[in-house]
Amino acid sequence: MNRWLNLLRPGDWLVVAVAALLVAAAFPLVWQGGIAEKAVVRRDGEVIAELDLSRKRTLEVAGAIGTTVIAVEPGRARVAADPGPRQYCVRQGWLKRPGEIAICAPSHISLQIAGRKKDFDSIAY
Amino acid sequence: MQQIELQTTPADHRIAQLAAAAIALSLVDAAIPLPLPGVKPGLANIVTLLVLYRFGFAAAAWVTGLRIVAGSLLLGHFLSPGFFLSLSGGICSLFMLALVCRLPQQWFGPVSLSVFAAFAHICGQLLIARLWLIPHDGVFMLAPVFFAAALFFGIINGLIVARLLGELPPEEAQHA
Repeated sequence: MNRWLNLLRPGDWLVVAVAALLVAAAFPLVWQGGIAEKAVVRRDGEVIAELDLSRKRTLEVAGAIGTTVIAVEPGRARVAADPGPRQYCVRQGWLKRPGEIAICAPSHISLQIAGRKKDFDSIAY
Repeated sequence: MQQIELQTTPADHRIAQLAAAAIALSLVDAAIPLPLPGVKPGLANIVTLLVLYRFGFAAAAWVTGLRIVAGSLLLGHFLSPGFFLSLSGGICSLFMLALVCRLPQQWFGPVSLSVFAAFAHICGQLLIARLWLIPHDGVFMLAPVFFAAALFFGIINGLIVARLLGELPPEEAQHA
């Protein structure tokens, strides 16, 4: 081990340290993503509510098989309750990033987080 | 039939031999399985750096260029997107090496050069990827992972170069 460390010169340590700092700084910088600004609730693909993500509130939406409850907190939103049998959209938990979506298929309801700019769902080549 | 004869110098032979070594290493590189596309050890850069130290920048540029073209022919991705990615990475890291090889050598050794080259390499690739292959800022989502890999493999390759430079006496290398 020592033999390998002896190969490093003083400037090398500096370069490695600065590079490590840059790498560490790059993670939060890039992965922060856009800022989640609102939650869009759709039924059968049509927007029925746009909720501001700046304050706490809940919204009850009449879905195809019952009532779905949407919970909003500052910066995040989730489906709090849904009558669907498998509860996928409820178990998805809090949605924070723009583009994240919870779909309650049996209720025909979806909850999506929207940021300032509209992102692509996917790109294929 | 007319005979065409190319005049080759010992320097040409040396470059060809070193390029062959670099090509072999880039084949090894391609054979190592890694979880993320785009993350590679870049073992061929070891040869580039060794050549830079031993025979100067021009030889290193030749070896890198030959390695990229011939290596892509062997791997079967000549003129494919992967080829242009490694070409732009190679060009960027050569530019970077041309700059940083002027740093004082008693302070900055092969590890510095290797880390600089690795970062330039991935930046060149990301640039091409963003401008041409995936024209969406989404490619930069992977940048931190690539940077971390560049740092890691840059250090390792640099240490290998430093070790090899220490073990090869200069005279022997000149006539290799």
